[in-house]
Amino acid sequence: MEIREVELNGSQIFVQCLKEEGVDFVFGYPGGAVLHIYDAIFQQEEVKHILVRHEQAATHAADGYARSTGKPGVCLVTSGPGATNAVTGIATAYMDSIPLVVFTGQVPTHLIGNDAFQEVDTIGITRPCVKHNFLVKDVRDLALTIKKAFYVATTGRPGPVVVDIPKDVTDPNVRIPFVYPKSISMRSYNPTVKGNLRQVKKAVDLMLDARRPMIYTGGGVVLNNAAPQLTKLVEKLNYPCTNTLMGLGGFPASRRQFVGMLGMHGTYEANMAMHDCDVLIAIGARFDDRVTGNIEKFCPTARIVHIDIDPASISKNVKVDVPIVGPVGPVLDDMLKVLDESKREPDAEAITAWWEKIDGWREKDCLSYDTQSKLIKPQMVVDKLYEVTHGDAFVASDVGQHQMWAAQYYRFDLPRRWINSGGLGTMGFGLPAAMGVQFAYPDATVACVTGEGSIQMCIQELSTCKQYGLPIKIINLNNRYLGMVRQWQEFFYQGRYSMSYMDALPDFVKLAEAYGHVGMLIDKPGDVEAALKEAMALKDRLVFMDFITDQTENVYPMIPAGGGLNEMILV
Amino acid sequence: MRHIISILLENEAGALSRVSGLFSARGYNIESLAVAPTEDPSLSRMTLVTRGDDAIIEQITKQLNKLVDVVKLQDLTEGAHIEREMMLVKSRAVAGDREEIKRLIDIFRGRVIDVTDTTYTMELTGDSDKLDAFLRALDPKLLLEVVRSGSNGIARGERSLRA
Repeated sequence: MEIREVELNGSQIFVQCLKEEGVDFVFGYPGGAVLHIYDAIFQQEEVKHILVRHEQAATHAADGYARSTGKPGVCLVTSGPGATNAVTGIATAYMDSIPLVVFTGQVPTHLIGNDAFQEVDTIGITRPCVKHNFLVKDVRDLALTIKKAFYVATTGRPGPVVVDIPKDVTDPNVRIPFVYPKSISMRSYNPTVKGNLRQVKKAVDLMLDARRPMIYTGGGVVLNNAAPQLTKLVEKLNYPCTNTLMGLGGFPASRRQFVGMLGMHGTYEANMAMHDCDVLIAIGARFDDRVTGNIEKFCPTARIVHIDIDPASISKNVKVDVPIVGPVGPVLDDMLKVLDESKREPDAEAITAWWEKIDGWREKDCLSYDTQSKLIKPQMVVDKLYEVTHGDAFVASDVGQHQMWAAQYYRFDLPRRWINSGGLGTMGFGLPAAMGVQFAYPDATVACVTGEGSIQMCIQELSTCKQYGLPIKIINLNNRYLGMVRQWQEFFYQGRYSMSYMDALPDFVKLAEAYGHVGMLIDKPGDVEAALKEAMALKDRLVFMDFITDQTENVYPMIPAGGGLNEMILV
Repeated sequence: MRHIISILLENEAGALSRVSGLFSARGYNIESLAVAPTEDPSLSRMTLVTRGDDAIIEQITKQLNKLVDVVKLQDLTEGAHIEREMMLVKSRAVAGDREEIKRLIDIFRGRVIDVTDTTYTMELTGDSDKLDAFLRALDPKLLLEVVRSGSNGIARGERSLRA
């Protein structure tokens, strides 16, 4: 270990630690408890601080940065309301296993527990929605704690880590020798780095026995950067592959073996193949209730292989036959090796017959929609967005119908391009998440597919976008309804549209202009493509595209609550 | 089924609430929970008694293992083990009841540890069933106060839980 003879105060240590971790952006908002830190940030250039307009947006932006780059996202907020505002973003990252390190200011140690100004029990409030959290009570513990925070956030099953720092810990007048630990080991935290080879062999045997195999993959493939291995495996076996909402881009959507997303709004072919398969290979997916539908009816004839870094995800919802605990990438490497060395081949005849069956389901063309409508169909907007951006954009979304349409119609060929809140379903996620992506990739096309409900939950970030010149393209699918709520009310509440109508909407064009951006209103199907092209051509401007869409459009297919995967409502 | 889970965890502020928070957040029940530092002051040892079918117990142990503060755990119920709980009982003790209560606590191999003109305070150790049985045997009208430690457990023989 290199010992450097430097004496730093807590705030300088904080900044130095971020540099050591290679942090380029910190998303945050200042306040009393973190003023010392902000003073240290002011006096250096390397770590760039991005000033958001609300702490929730800081966490979503850091989250978008993390999802698109694979590096941990970093936030800095003040105590009390700063911390509570960040909680939604922390919980969002927790549900989707996104590595975040969130620094929260805290009142000075001698005031903790005194109901001091802007005091909350941040450790207590965040405990159920973090991978781990730390309260730093002594400046001498600060560097080691930050090291631990990054280590825990980024290894094993990633997740958000909160570091709560009382104001006196960053006192500029208390200087101590600074050494940043080069490596770390924790006796109580030892993430698995490799799968059990015997289990892998067992899994391969089962996979080669399959007559109706199905490969079902989730966010774990994306998080562990295992898309190349997955693609190799699928191509080698020529088995059908479906992605969860979180797993999109893990296998290229344009390949023949891709049968679309599965689950509540999955494709007919994906859900039918899931239901009928005899061997299910689940990779970095967690059998979420939106994926399985009614668990009693889930994959009734399948034997199941499950690869997951988190042992607690295995046999939690669905009992599996061959569990493999380990990071997806290395396990798939082993699996490919075992397959290469195996003398067996998949049963060609059975697989051909299986594909014939799947192609039959494909012919239903379950994602077709009315292309002759006089109203703008939201699906068509996403279709055109895909064409105009050549499928090469980063697409952040909010939550609701538009999210499902974006997932269904933007055919992701690459991982880390689809940025959405899958687990928690956080409205307001899209715009700040898109900001995080745009900071990471300043020259890339970043689209935020949203709705008039969601966008208003973090609309204030239009101001942040102006300050930093972020040329995000906002695709607002405006149907004047909280569409997904409306859809459920239509299907399950006899059309009693309780509180799902968005009255008194702002003029989004003027609103965008008021923030210094370009606004566009598009209300005719014939104008959609040209408008998108015009917006994309404005390379250095944020364009808010307000698409007035068909109010009655629903997301299909849909599995109603209690249904099995083969019980879909189709158009 | 009833399970006794032994947990070694970092003796740090908040570690206990991570465990108890996990149980409330995921809807698992805690029958009892006993915790104190070990011979190594950086570690606490916790004995937790819970109920659930095999799938739930599997989830409980996996979720506990996931907590960063948990160093190691063992489901004692999986092997031979010893379980002890300590109970302090205060009862009304006047006239003829004094003899009767004394006899009862002797039968259960407990001790009277504090005596006044009107009360006995008793100490009793054993597995939880034995303590329950004592409370059933004591006339409820006499019972003033019960304090139970929650179960502590340890595996028999060579099996042991160490960091």
